[in-house]
Amino acid sequence: MAGHSMTSSAATSREEQGSSGFTKAQFVALCVLIAVLVVGPFFLYPVFLMKLLCFALFACAFNLLIGYVGLTSFGHAAYFGMGGYIAAHCAKVYGLTPELSIIAGAAVAGFQGWIFGWVAIRRQGIYFAMITLALAQMIYFLCVQLPFTGGEDGIQAVPRGKLFGVIDLGPDMSMYWFVAAVFLGCFLLIHRIVHSPFGQVLKAIRENEPRTTSLGYRTDDYKLVAFILSATIAGIAGGTKSLVFGIATLTDVHWSMSGEVLLMTLVGGLGTVFGPMVGAAVIVTMQNYLAEMGAWVTVIQGVIFIACVLAFRRGIVGEIGNLLRVRL
Amino acid sequence: MDEIFGIPAPLLFGQLLLGLINGAFYAMLSLGLAVIFGLLNIINFTHGAQFMMGAFASWMLLNYLGIGYWWALILSPLLVGATGVLLERTMICRLYKLDHLYGMLLTFGLSLIIEGVFRNEYGSSGMPYRIPAELSGAWDLGFMFMPVYRGWVVVFALLSCIATWLVIEKTRLGAYLRAATENAPLVQAFGVNVPRMITLTYGAGVALAALAGVLAAPIYSVNPQMGSNLIIVVFAVVVIGGMGSILGSVITGFGLGIIEGLTKVFYPEASATVIFIIMVIVLLARPAGLFGRA
Amino acid sequence: MQVSRRNILAGAAATGALPLSLARAQAANTIRIGVMTDMSGTYRDNTGPSSVAAAREAVSEFGASHGFRVEVIEADHQNRPDVGVNLARQWYDQGVDLILDVPTSSVGLAVSGVAKEKNKAYINVGSATADLTGAQCSSNTIHWAYDTFMLARSTGGATVRAGGDTWFFITADYAFGHALERDTANFVRSAGGRILGQVRTPFPGTTDFSSFLLQAQASRAKVIGFANAGADTQNCVKQAAEFGLTRRGIKLASLLLFVNDVHGMGLQVAQGLVCTESFYWDMNDKTRAWTERMLRRTPTNYPNMIHAGCYSGALHFLKTVADMGVSAAKASGLDLVNRMKARPSEDDLFGKAVIRPDGRRLIPSYLFEVKSPAESKKPWDYYKLLQTTAAEEAFRPVNEGNCSLIRA
Repeated sequence: MAGHSMTSSAATSREEQGSSGFTKAQFVALCVLIAVLVVGPFFLYPVFLMKLLCFALFACAFNLLIGYVGLTSFGHAAYFGMGGYIAAHCAKVYGLTPELSIIAGAAVAGFQGWIFGWVAIRRQGIYFAMITLALAQMIYFLCVQLPFTGGEDGIQAVPRGKLFGVIDLGPDMSMYWFVAAVFLGCFLLIHRIVHSPFGQVLKAIRENEPRTTSLGYRTDDYKLVAFILSATIAGIAGGTKSLVFGIATLTDVHWSMSGEVLLMTLVGGLGTVFGPMVGAAVIVTMQNYLAEMGAWVTVIQGVIFIACVLAFRRGIVGEIGNLLRVRL
Repeated sequence: MDEIFGIPAPLLFGQLLLGLINGAFYAMLSLGLAVIFGLLNIINFTHGAQFMMGAFASWMLLNYLGIGYWWALILSPLLVGATGVLLERTMICRLYKLDHLYGMLLTFGLSLIIEGVFRNEYGSSGMPYRIPAELSGAWDLGFMFMPVYRGWVVVFALLSCIATWLVIEKTRLGAYLRAATENAPLVQAFGVNVPRMITLTYGAGVALAALAGVLAAPIYSVNPQMGSNLIIVVFAVVVIGGMGSILGSVITGFGLGIIEGLTKVFYPEASATVIFIIMVIVLLARPAGLFGRA
Repeated sequence: MQVSRRNILAGAAATGALPLSLARAQAANTIRIGVMTDMSGTYRDNTGPSSVAAAREAVSEFGASHGFRVEVIEADHQNRPDVGVNLARQWYDQGVDLILDVPTSSVGLAVSGVAKEKNKAYINVGSATADLTGAQCSSNTIHWAYDTFMLARSTGGATVRAGGDTWFFITADYAFGHALERDTANFVRSAGGRILGQVRTPFPGTTDFSSFLLQAQASRAKVIGFANAGADTQNCVKQAAEFGLTRRGIKLASLLLFVNDVHGMGLQVAQGLVCTESFYWDMNDKTRAWTERMLRRTPTNYPNMIHAGCYSGALHFLKTVADMGVSAAKASGLDLVNRMKARPSEDDLFGKAVIRPDGRRLIPSYLFEVKSPAESKKPWDYYKLLQTTAAEEAFRPVNEGNCSLIRA
């Protein structure tokens, strides 16, 4: 997908980046985020917050690929859902502790990302997107057939288990702190990846791939690594989610889930640091509030899609950043 | 001749026939998509929803206005095609200069809206639409029963595809269309109203989808999900056939329907994925598709 | 009033704006029944709004003079286990005391797990799988109106006795279909019949069964067993007629069929089908009187055994709560359910019915045949009674279910 048209082109002014790689504005936003994470569960229903955090992480992982590298994947649900299935299976059948289950889920998702990424990267633009969609559909139908996924029933009654064998994650609050820690950790990891020399090459690829190749970088390798990272973190998000809710179902690998994460990232702001989580917050909250309105949720999601494509291409965070002339 | 390759003949022929019917829908839908992509460079994700609207329009015509199947074959594509024209004029035309992906996202959003509205009104379990009396019944071929209506679907779809192909390849209008695909400003310089042609082409592609919807209504009950179940497969068909190639879409559509039917006989579990596997292989070997121009 | 309360509950669910303690104070003297059902999909007419109406009818009949308020809330689980689980969790966390109905066995089983985890009460009416009182039984769950074993024994048994000794199953590919197929296959085999094959159909979302019907036909089985329900069964029966299957003498066994499905198909297509329900609106004066009251709420949909079960279950629950006292009832779902099991339920629709320790309620089952258009004299006059199976024999014996609550 050639180019810069899809990503936020916010601050033109040079920003001082602190040693952490955050600009001043971003640092403020980070503090706000941590404050919300700490205070949130005392005001809001913890399970709702956990759902939000899992999807925010999924969106951040997706943004790594679409926002920073410029690759639009239409099949990210495959990694999210498979991570969820593997983690659920490990926790329920093998009795692994939660962190091991999630790591197992992430590993399988990363492996998937490696294979699928290798296949998909051979093509560009719309064909890349179509290949990822086709591969994700194959995973979906595979999950329908494989006995361990439970098909339409899903993997039910997944135990949360004891973190490190010691801390019982059954109570919602304990689970919440775990999820918040996972989210924050992965978020900072993504940030680190993006603001490293590796990340700079990725951005160069997004801006002008032929030129990057001419500079001597093997762009395919870089793209593949980014793909694997994105898939792995999506797997972490999926694994965490299935432990939170105690269930892993086909909804998590369906292509509409891929569409949803795309929507979240678009709404929040492609290529921004905080955009995906804001987008996830908006969409998940909307789904919750309007749950009793049934299919109207789908309609509103469609309207938001269109509005973002026609008018708000920068997304919420992108627009805010543009207004304040900072990079968020 | 009771068994072929160890499979009972009725089963084999029956599945082949069903595969041909599925293929007819794939062909008609991918034809509309290919036409739209060829000229507008838009990946029309709304195609599935427009297919569904075609089915609903015929249901509504019957249940609210008492207008039957034969009239619906004409009216429904016209009505839905008109909505397509409206969409193109108001929203889609703004995206021509942008990346393909924007068009796909916009039309994806549109499909969500359309499906949501219908699902709200009509639920998701589907409404029956009776096979028209003239086409009901079945022919007893000895080794299987062939319902008349399903045979009609194959024949009609084939005729529509051939007709569309003829219009595009053999008429002057079609020539203008093909020229505009190559070089729109030049064609406009010759005095052809290109924007209007584009709008009408989009409408025609949508009308084709709606026509497929009318054909589908008696077979798959009229329900809001019927489009989204099909659209991903149709994308695969278009990609395999070659994204701008009309002949490619038709042949691939029927062909893949048959392959899917055969897979159901020999290896049913893979029948849902076989099209995607083929798509990946084709994309890796021949990126422009089987009949596409690079 | 009820609607605005529901919005508050939903809003609280979304933002949790009310600090938990305040919400608790308001809820202290209100009993909440949450009806989770399929409002828009395959099973809408067999459960859906009529189930909610039945629960509301029970509440209004129960009256307001027992010292506590009763509230009914409803939600659509869209036949998806993840939606059902989230909903159940949220409802139980935020003050719902009983979850009622829950069709679609995959969701029914998942909610059973949540009820156990949160120690709350759960009366399942809509799901069919006999595993709810078998391998996956729970001390917090009561299975109210029917199950796959009852259907298999009655419909399956009758079809085998009528000469159908070779079967091919078309099965909805999830917990319900698998359970119904398994239980029916057991009956067929024990009666000396053979299963020639089966095919699993994706659920939900399949509307065209022609390819599966062709496979069934190719197997040369005498009976095609439809281990599915609702719109799936209707489509199967219609398309079987379209492909001339019945003309060749193949019998169709609609293992789960409701009077609403017959209405959807029309008597022309459905005549001759045999099915089992535990309630029929036209059975006696009491059922007819209750149906009149229900039709005032849902004029276009007559009640079936699930709707009757929702009414009956809600009523028994409320009587038990009045007996126990509200605070004791809210404190422990386990105590509440044990109290419900302690004495038989009693109402106009099912009479007196014992509830077993494994959660299974015992009621008689009725084998019906669908009338022909000529035999039907009034609206919804669809069934003629062929046979009654007594409550003690209609269901799986308590020791054979593998339920952990039963020490054999």
